[in-house]
This record gives sequence, C-alpha cells and structure tokens, in this order.
Amino acid sequence: MSVTDLSGGFSSPAADAARAFRQALNALARPGEIVEVSGISPPAPLGGAAAALLLTLVDHEVAIHLAGRFDQPAVREWLAFHTGTDFVPAEEADFAVGRWEELLPLSQFPAGTPEYPERSATLIVAMDSLTASGSRLSGPGIRSEAFLNLPDEKTLAANAARFPLGVDFFFTAGDQLAGLPRSTKIGD
Amino acid sequence: MSDYNFAYLDEQTKRMIRRALLKAIAVPGYQVPFASREMPMPYGWGTGGVQVTASTLVPEDVLKVIDQGADDTTNAVSIRRFFEVTAGVETTTEVPVATLIQTRHRVPETPLTEGQIIVYQVPIPEPLRFLEPRETETRKMHSLGEYGLMHVKLYEDIARHGEIATTYAYPARVSSGYVMDPSPIPKFDNPKLDHSPAIQLFGAGREQRIYALPPWTSVQSLDFEDHPFDPSRADGECALCGSKDSYLDEVITDDAGGRMFICSDTDYCARRSEGAA
Repeated sequence: MSVTDLSGGFSSPAADAARAFRQALNALARPGEIVEVSGISPPAPLGGAAAALLLTLVDHEVAIHLAGRFDQPAVREWLAFHTGTDFVPAEEADFAVGRWEELLPLSQFPAGTPEYPERSATLIVAMDSLTASGSRLSGPGIRSEAFLNLPDEKTLAANAARFPLGVDFFFTAGDQLAGLPRSTKIGD
Repeated sequence: MSDYNFAYLDEQTKRMIRRALLKAIAVPGYQVPFASREMPMPYGWGTGGVQVTASTLVPEDVLKVIDQGADDTTNAVSIRRFFEVTAGVETTTEVPVATLIQTRHRVPETPLTEGQIIVYQVPIPEPLRFLEPRETETRKMHSLGEYGLMHVKLYEDIARHGEIATTYAYPARVSSGYVMDPSPIPKFDNPKLDHSPAIQLFGAGREQRIYALPPWTSVQSLDFEDHPFDPSRADGECALCGSKDSYLDEVITDDAGGRMFICSDTDYCARRSEGAA
C-alpha cells in the first residue's frame, strides 16, 4: 500500500476557511470578478483555488463527483481525509470538479426543482487561465457589464436560460477563482 | 487564544450555512432552507442574522451592528460584544469604516459602498405567509410567480384606507422574479435595496431561511400605476442634527404633549451634529 501525502490543507482551518469563503462569496456575487485564494497545496491536478473551495464547502453532508482525470486515488484520499465526503456519479453530485470537457453534458447534474431550485450542483471548472475578456456578462452582481473567458458560451447561456433552475459555476486556474451563478446573462 | 471557535459556530455548521448562502446568491430573492442552530440568545433577537454574520466574518473584518438604526441599544450592543469576544474582530459604529454591518429593521442613511456586506435579521422571511399559511402552497406560488394575492392585499389597503397602508416589511420584486420580504425595515428604506453596491444577506433563524441579493440587483417595491410606491417619512426635521431627509423617530418628552423628532440612525445623526458643531 502506498503512503499518500495528506499535507497541504488549511494551516489555520477556521480563519483560512472563513477567508476562502469570503472570496467565493465575492466571486459569485460579482460574476466575472477574478479573486485569489492561496495557501493550499493539494495533489495535482487539483488547483489551489479549487481545493480551497472544496475544503471550505464540502463535508460528509454533501457528495462530490470527480470528473475525468480528477478521479484518481491521490485526489480521492486527500479529499476524503480533509472533508470526509462521499464520491458519487454526476447525477447525485452536490459539487463536481473537472475540466470543462470532462464535466459535459451539464444535463447530467442536478439542476434543482421549481420549488427547490437550490437543490442543484455547483461545478468547479479547472481552466488554464482566467482573464477578464471574452464573453460578455450582465445581470445581478454586475453594474453594467463584465467579461470572462468562458469555455463555451452557448452551453452556459442555455444553463442560464433555465433560471431559476440550473447549475452554478466556479472557474478556477491555480489560485485564481471566478464565479458564474445561473442568474448571469451571457452574450449580447 | 479564545475558548471559542472563530465566530462561535463550529466549522460543520458554518459549511452548511455557507453552502446555503452561495445558493441564495445564485437565485436572488429565493429563500433557501438551512438547519438553523440554537444560539446563545432567544429567537427574535437576531439568531438568523448572527449565524449568517458568523459564517461570513473574516478576522480582518470591522463589524457594525445596528438595531432600529441605533448602535447603542441592547440588541446592537450585545451582538457587537458577542463577536468581539468570539471572533476577536474590530467593531465600529461608523458606516464608512465598517466592512460588515448586521442590522435589525433599518438600512443606514449613509450610502453603502462596494465591498461592504449588510446582514439583515429577519423574523418572517415569507412575504406571503399572512396570506397563505401553508408552506407547500407558498412554495408553489413562488415557483409559478403567482403573486396575485399580494396585489389583492395591497388593493384592499387602498380600498379601505385610500392608500397602501403597509408601512414596513413592504414586499418587493427582485429582478429574478421572486417577491421578497425586505425584513421589517420601514418602507422608507426599500429604495436603498435597489441596485445597492453592497452584498445583502438575509437570515431568519427561527424560520430557518436564508436569502440574498447580489450587488446591483434590481429590487422594486410592489405598487400600482395609479398608486405608485411612496417611501413615506414623518413630516419634520431632526431636533438634534436638523436633517430633513433621514428617517425620523418620534420621541415623547413629557406628559403634557411635548414631543420631538430625532434621526433613527444614530451614527448618521451623531456625525452630522459633529460636522455642524
């Protein structure tokens, strides 16, 4: 049996998780704004911001879907140790981590019900980089317009069109993080 | 080293509340159920607001707590001290200095700015509750955008009193389509919710609901074309600072009919009085 390196979590869990949550809240409340979450050294391919989100939000009450190459023993063991979460197929996921292609189709994730729209998945998408350019965003949290390099405008616009149903996104690249709730209008 | 976990709540509870807060931001105006905890204060004293504040605070925050506009009433003083002890955060009474403001029943007169968070204490989060007591029904009504009953209620006000007689907890429609209860703030404060640069979070402890408004979200008070929304205000000026624009409290000063108006927002009033002196 191999020995997994379980280090690299929050050094001061209560304060670090509070700071990470605050950044996540700011990012989701202001779609397109890119924030930094640092201080975590997770096993690859998990990035710092993605791992910080998971350690802040995930525990035994919710379940994660690891997509594509994120579904490997080192990541599973590290998340199991730090969060105590369960790993589930996409259809049952509260949270999912993966690259954009690995997470498709979005229709496989819970999107809430008209009476309980919050019962939907939150997808953490690993990107190569985040830049404030590309797709035009508008809606709640945005004064006039914002821009973000979204991986697939059409699919994300279709998700937004389902409001109040739909999944919510955090796009991450290394220690960087940007939020995209289902309420954001994409394009024109 | 404090004997409490940071901001009192255990990490498990904070994660649960944080998940609810993010979903509340994603669906503005929709009430997300959460597993409200017992807090070391009675229901009705802001247990919902306190749990939201505890889950949102960071050690670097500067916290302001107001109760009916005042920084120096029991509720405000005890919640401020609660977080001084359990979170070790700095506190203030000044709006421009505060990064997080917890409030009961008022929105500060001083405009909020980008980067600030305001947490409302909410007793009854469901705007339709007095019209339809069944949760199963109100849920259906929200999902269908079926708010005719609320308009009938406001219409009956006009039929009976000649004007909309709802003066606080005045229902408002969020751009997402949901009608929300802005908490029992006077309707004078309703326009401050609309396109606020701050993040607005609402916590109802006893009723176990959290809802939220991201910045720059449209929030329109319900009204009729021929009876437009009127953010009414007592006709007078503050006896202490002379403000003609702020929301006023009427204070009875003796038993011979003496009375005066003063600002309900003590921070606003004190800083105006200082500036004038």
